[in-house]
Amino acid sequence: MLAWTLYVSFAGAAVLACLPRRRAAAARWLALGVALLGAVFALAGVSEHKPGAGLETITRLPWIPFLGADYHLAVDGISVTLILLTAVAAVAGILFSWNIEERVPAFFAFYLALIGGVYGVFLSCDLLLLFVFYEIAIIPKYFLIAIWGSTRKEYGAMKLALYSFGGSALVLVGIIAAFVVAAQQTGVATFSIEALSRVAFPAAFQRWAFPVVFVGFAILAGLWPFHTWAPTGHVAAPTGASMLLAGVVMKLGAYGCLRVAMGLFPAGLEVWRGAFAVLAVVGIVYGALAALVQRDFKFVIGYSSVSHMGFVLLGLMTLNEIGVSGAVLQMFSHGVIAGLLFGVVGRMVYDRTHTRDLSELEGLRLSRALPFAAVTFVIASAASMGLPGFSGFVAELQVLVGSWRAFPAAALVAGVGIVVGVAYLLRALQSAFFTDDPGFAGGAGVAVGSGSRGVLGSVSMPERVGAVLLMAVTLAVGLYPRWLLDWIVPAVHSMLEGLGRGGVS
Amino acid sequence: MSGAPYLDMLRWLAPEVLLAVTAGVVLFVDLGLARSRPLQFRSRLAGGLTVLGMLAGLAWLCQVPIVARWGGGILALGPLTSVVKGVLVGLTVLTVLIAMGSDPPPHVGEFYALMVLATVGMCLMVSSREMLMIFLALELTSLCLYVLTAFQPRNPGAVRAALQYFLFGSVASAFLLFGFSLWYGLCGSTGLADVAAALRARGLDPLAGVALVMVITGLGFKVAAVPFHLWAPETYRGAPTPVAALIAAGSKVASFVLLAQVLGVGLDAVAGSAAWGGWRSGWMPVAAVLAVGSMAWGNLAALVQDDVKRLLAYSAIAHGGYLIVGLFAVVQPADHGLGVSAMVYYLATYGLTLVGAFGVISVLERQGVGSRFADLAGLSRRSPLLAGCWLVLLLSLAGIPPLAGFFGKFYVFTMAVAAGGGDLGLLWLVVVAILFSAVSLYYYLKALKPVFVQPPTASAAPLRITLTEGIALGVIVAAVVLLGVLPGWIVDGVLEAVQAQSWLSN
Repeated sequence: MLAWTLYVSFAGAAVLACLPRRRAAAARWLALGVALLGAVFALAGVSEHKPGAGLETITRLPWIPFLGADYHLAVDGISVTLILLTAVAAVAGILFSWNIEERVPAFFAFYLALIGGVYGVFLSCDLLLLFVFYEIAIIPKYFLIAIWGSTRKEYGAMKLALYSFGGSALVLVGIIAAFVVAAQQTGVATFSIEALSRVAFPAAFQRWAFPVVFVGFAILAGLWPFHTWAPTGHVAAPTGASMLLAGVVMKLGAYGCLRVAMGLFPAGLEVWRGAFAVLAVVGIVYGALAALVQRDFKFVIGYSSVSHMGFVLLGLMTLNEIGVSGAVLQMFSHGVIAGLLFGVVGRMVYDRTHTRDLSELEGLRLSRALPFAAVTFVIASAASMGLPGFSGFVAELQVLVGSWRAFPAAALVAGVGIVVGVAYLLRALQSAFFTDDPGFAGGAGVAVGSGSRGVLGSVSMPERVGAVLLMAVTLAVGLYPRWLLDWIVPAVHSMLEGLGRGGVS
Repeated sequence: MSGAPYLDMLRWLAPEVLLAVTAGVVLFVDLGLARSRPLQFRSRLAGGLTVLGMLAGLAWLCQVPIVARWGGGILALGPLTSVVKGVLVGLTVLTVLIAMGSDPPPHVGEFYALMVLATVGMCLMVSSREMLMIFLALELTSLCLYVLTAFQPRNPGAVRAALQYFLFGSVASAFLLFGFSLWYGLCGSTGLADVAAALRARGLDPLAGVALVMVITGLGFKVAAVPFHLWAPETYRGAPTPVAALIAAGSKVASFVLLAQVLGVGLDAVAGSAAWGGWRSGWMPVAAVLAVGSMAWGNLAALVQDDVKRLLAYSAIAHGGYLIVGLFAVVQPADHGLGVSAMVYYLATYGLTLVGAFGVISVLERQGVGSRFADLAGLSRRSPLLAGCWLVLLLSLAGIPPLAGFFGKFYVFTMAVAAGGGDLGLLWLVVVAILFSAVSLYYYLKALKPVFVQPPTASAAPLRITLTEGIALGVIVAAVVLLGVLPGWIVDGVLEAVQAQSWLSN
């Protein structure tokens, strides 16, 4: 069932690529239909997967026999969680892209190709196959940003593509080296992630291979100091693409770190985990501080993504069950919340006001002009700050508890990051929506407010549906996190057991 | 060799003979029967005959091939040479199909006949295991290509390009011949197998070393490896586009096969080593330097080009660098032919991709669109199909999965690392290759950007693709996608062929 998420996405992309340019409405509905169908397959497939069942094979066919690469799709609790996230983000992103008017079929074709690649990465259990899907996701991002983007779009698109490709070049070096070493050590040529993670690579080899592969993937996860593509790329991207970039593409990087770099090279992980934990904490604090001083509303959210992805990487480095589960939950949670924040900023606000400068937004009294946007942003920032009741709270709490056990100092500094996070969100919230500018006080303010309501146009139905969907998901996970944790924890448990056998204390 | 059985040779080289006959028939029909007809008609007629003759040759190559050596090892024949020749003939067929769509050249018959003869030379290169035969085959191809480059006499760029190509090519031939004659002096024989035996006995003494450098220099010119690449950009831009496709694809593929044969068959005794920290003198360190130079200069110089043909020329130089990395895998006897199959896969898919890319440029040129980046603006609106082809082909050159260019690079690099042994001695070379290939994405995206991102400039008239161009581009794009997704289709065949006929020992 889950494999069909992949097939319908690529099939939808192919059909949309052939659709004539003027069939805009048909393209929108078709894309939404495909994304919904993918979500149905994802839900149906996930419900078949029993929590704690370990890595369950969906399809396994010989693909490149002379190199031992299989078309092997398999899921465990971690990938199931991320597939669900992808399904939600894909639907919401299409709803928030409803107002794209230019070359609509092409937009959604690239969009669905990207989604297909993302599903593919989360489903692959073969290293070469995973890498193929990982790279498939790069090119659509470039075109989505370069064609439909805004501020410095061609620069942002190229930077994003080159950072991604540079990262995957590092990953490729590691994959080739691991394949050759494993083949010469065991005499069997294979790319199966399961088989390779059972190979005991020489410690000297792991010492350099782990950081190469880990950094290669972590570039896409926004690891400081390789994060600079993220704010520029997110800002330049059209809203739907920013939602996907922050929502799922950054998770590809984190997933690769977990599944490939950590799974294959446990001894290298043991050597480097302290260093990467420090980088993750620096990312948390740096991202939050940078968000605090941005004038551009979208840059605030862009840097907040760097900060929140720092929690994911920190959680991965704790190597205890609660910390790593928290990291996976944080991937899901940040995917939903970042999508929501970008939806409000990029679609609800920017597409109407055509400015993202916080000082210009101050005068517009958006809380009256766009009450729905204001409410959504309040809820989204509450979730992003980690208020109890939302998914971010559970996830970041777990990461903090986990890192308290592994690196107490890191937990303290990351806590500071959370406080700064509250500050930048409140500042953005205040400036963009709730400024009581004395010049606009009283009746004048109401007049401007009601005037701009007419100019700005109310929030449309697709936006409302998308926003409600994302808010419902973050609330549901926040109120009843076991819904996901029942899948995540057993998978993390068995993964950590595997690492333990590989020499990690 | 007075006792050489020529009848056997004619029988075993039947596909080449068939091609040569095709060239004669094309000349005869065009000059004798169709001379007074309009140029367009003559181009279609001659091109059609060429394609038919070459397809017949291709069909003959697909017959169950014999494993044979003719004339005491002058020519080697077998499944592997047949596969490579099939690739070469196929590439020329596609090039001819594209040429049929472009503006007919002034001398139609000669144009197609020379293309066929150049292909005969390429096929002979693949089979040759003797220095004189190698030289003759190489010169047959080169001379045809020199003439073809200058085939638009009213275009001053073409004449300049042809002259440049000719001068560089002649110097290269002189180097090669000098190296060969030194070897002959050392070994007393012109057979590569005898040279190998003699070098194994002597080791790498100074004279053999000089000869080695001469030969590598000569062949380095032919494959346009840095620092012997200077002719390539000008020639690619000045030559008629189908001819540029032939030079970039067919001729380069054949030259690389030749290089692999000479280095593998003749020089296995003086290979040396290019492993990190363990360099030993021989051809491998020389090849490593050429590879790094080609990858670095090709990719960096391509960054600043604003003409698509020159971009493809520098990208071809860079791909030459990746292929030299592949040479290290080819001469690895212990890997059951995986290294050889990686090289053949890379060469075949690379050739297809370049023919396709030049094919797209040819379609544009015919309708007055220039080859500068700015001229490509808005192509996706003027012809979505052509823009789609361009996207697939350039992304394949950049090495984006699931296209053939990705798997080619991946396979060649993996085999090169494996050839370095368990301590990953050659990994440094592959790291350089992968990092430069990450750089290359920049200029491929730069060539794609005007097509998809920018609106059309002055004229936005839709573009037409003729039937033959459509067939050629359709076949190429389908092959680039399908071979990328399922590389086993071609690799399995090559692996079987290698079991029957080792590239190196024969």
